[in-house]
Amino acid sequence: MLGADAMAKCLEEEGVKAVFGYPGVAICPFFNSMLSVHIDRILVRTEQNAAHAASGYARVSGEVGVCVATSGPGATNLITGIATAYADSIPLVCITGQVDSSLLGSDVFQEADITGAAESFVKYSYLVRNAEDIPRIFKEAFHIASTGRRGPVLIDVPIDVQNTTITKFKYPEQVNLRTYKPTVKGHAVQIKKVIKALSKAKKPIICAGGGVILSGARQELRHFSHQYEIPVVSTMMGLSAMPTEDPLYFGMVGNNGKSYANRAMNDADLIIMTGARVADRAISQPDLITDNKILIHIDVDPAEIGKNVGPTIPLVGDIKAIFEELNQYELKADFSSWVALLKEYKAQAPVRKKPRDGFVDPAALIGRLSERLAENAVYVADVGQNQMWSCGYHIVKEGLFLTSGGMGTMGYSIPAAIGARAADPDRQIVAVCGDGSFQMSMMELATMQQHKLPVKIIVLQNGYLGLVREYQHNTYKGNYSVVDLSGSPDLTKLASAYDIPCLKAEDMNGLDEIIDRFLKIEGPVIMDVRIDPLDTVK
Amino acid sequence: MKRIYSVLVENRSGVLAKVAGLFARRCFNIDSLAVGETFEKGVSNITIVSSGEKATLEQIEKQLNKKLDVIKVKTFSEEESLSRELILVKVRFNKNNRRELLEICDALGAQIADISKSMMTIQMCDVPEKTAALMEMLASISVVEVARTGTLALPKCILSEKQ
Repeated sequence: MLGADAMAKCLEEEGVKAVFGYPGVAICPFFNSMLSVHIDRILVRTEQNAAHAASGYARVSGEVGVCVATSGPGATNLITGIATAYADSIPLVCITGQVDSSLLGSDVFQEADITGAAESFVKYSYLVRNAEDIPRIFKEAFHIASTGRRGPVLIDVPIDVQNTTITKFKYPEQVNLRTYKPTVKGHAVQIKKVIKALSKAKKPIICAGGGVILSGARQELRHFSHQYEIPVVSTMMGLSAMPTEDPLYFGMVGNNGKSYANRAMNDADLIIMTGARVADRAISQPDLITDNKILIHIDVDPAEIGKNVGPTIPLVGDIKAIFEELNQYELKADFSSWVALLKEYKAQAPVRKKPRDGFVDPAALIGRLSERLAENAVYVADVGQNQMWSCGYHIVKEGLFLTSGGMGTMGYSIPAAIGARAADPDRQIVAVCGDGSFQMSMMELATMQQHKLPVKIIVLQNGYLGLVREYQHNTYKGNYSVVDLSGSPDLTKLASAYDIPCLKAEDMNGLDEIIDRFLKIEGPVIMDVRIDPLDTVK
Repeated sequence: MKRIYSVLVENRSGVLAKVAGLFARRCFNIDSLAVGETFEKGVSNITIVSSGEKATLEQIEKQLNKKLDVIKVKTFSEEESLSRELILVKVRFNKNNRRELLEICDALGAQIADISKSMMTIQMCDVPEKTAALMEMLASISVVEVARTGTLALPKCILSEKQ
């Protein structure tokens, strides 16, 4: 057996259903060995999208996503995708080919120091020097990626190591890492402190971050919230932790969030920050947050606690395990008047100003689409104005809301939706992007067709890089620079070149019928939506 | 505020780069850094002296602990530690300043480790303040080159006993 065979076998042992990749000579032994295992090999059209697709796969399956690239430019092209996954704590194993071990460090053709280059975006990385280590390294990599605070792990394998014969293959049952033992169970003393603080609180609120979804704690969090009648707000990554229309849910916080969510955070006397890093887009002045309130910070990563804000009660552990435990307690408290006040705030929220006639209102489109989506639909939002509208107006039921929240990587939605489709062939999956972000990933229409991984794509076209245009409008008095997207392709023609149907929505007339047709079409479909070029998110 | 981090790491290639990279990326100060093997095979010790706000110093410890090649982080203040630095200073001398040089060495307990007709290398191993004092005293004399180890430190025995 070759090292490359062992690599493929390891993926099989881990139950991987699909890998997303792009070959080159330095990873050819591996792709050759992949012919003898039952794992789908999906050829993306640029390496960055292999990482995004693996991310979509991971977020829908709850398993580790795998992406593969060759040495040099293949590996460096992966980096943005790896960084995107790292920022959102998505479990990935990224495999790269590398030049022959004897040539390492000599700057030969397609050599890049990828473990060095990716260091600040990976949870851990390996440069494999000995083929016999492959089973142990793969076992460790999957373990590291999928436990504790999840994240990408990189395995760089020189071509000679892939071609080395190994004497025996035994996939380890366990890992033995003395330096890695993430805390799962919350400290009993701290948990009691949380309950005690809650019993004294008058206006508690839970702020749910992406960690809630990553640890699979949605049900436990909802149970906790309902059991004690504690209202919930979320960060962008925490969208879909609660159904949007849950009576105890009060929207997304932050500078692009709901006014009533921010008011709730300001008025609260106790915040349970859970699985959120308290970054600048969610909380504008984190150091002020504890001035007049108790902050309980729950996170699996001890380094998140106290990084951006100093909590009153820190609680390290897996969110699911912690909420399971919190749900065991009896709490005598009545927060109904607080919830009533938040409902009032919600009712007072300013209504979005209607955009000009003659265009589709993106907020209305997203709202009407949401109503018609399946209960468990996966909604993938890209980055830009489209993301802000998606966050603001998509109504999550039991499904998932995926986006690149931490890194804000444009072009994420289409490859991530393709990955999501590979993880679940039966779910309704919709990617919503702008004309800028669409053009960053439109080459993946071919991937979708080739591998029969259909997703529904909505492109909000305004002929601008809208969010930057809006920023330039507000900051530079409308002096636009490098935001005009003239020269964009005719989507109907482009779709037809890929043999994909394309529906056009030019204004509000007949929008409902177009959405119905869009959702009814089996297989891939694009909706080309004309929105007001001057429309804003604020 | 100064803080000393005694970091036990797996002795693998690239570990020092990862630790140093962490400090660079997160804008943590490195006042000094020293690396060496320990008595345990495959384990090295990195001693880092850093300074900053309390919250930053706490983050440094947490971020170091997050690195998978880091086995253990011990941290202590200057008062809690026994710290030493080794310094080698090569100076040019002549008959006018020879006596002064010897007096400085004598006063600070430094030794002459190497000497030729016109140059000598002074060696000194002491707490960082003392090695700094030597540098200051020699500043007015013609210093050719300097090498220093960076601070090495262990928690004081009395502290270790309590733990």
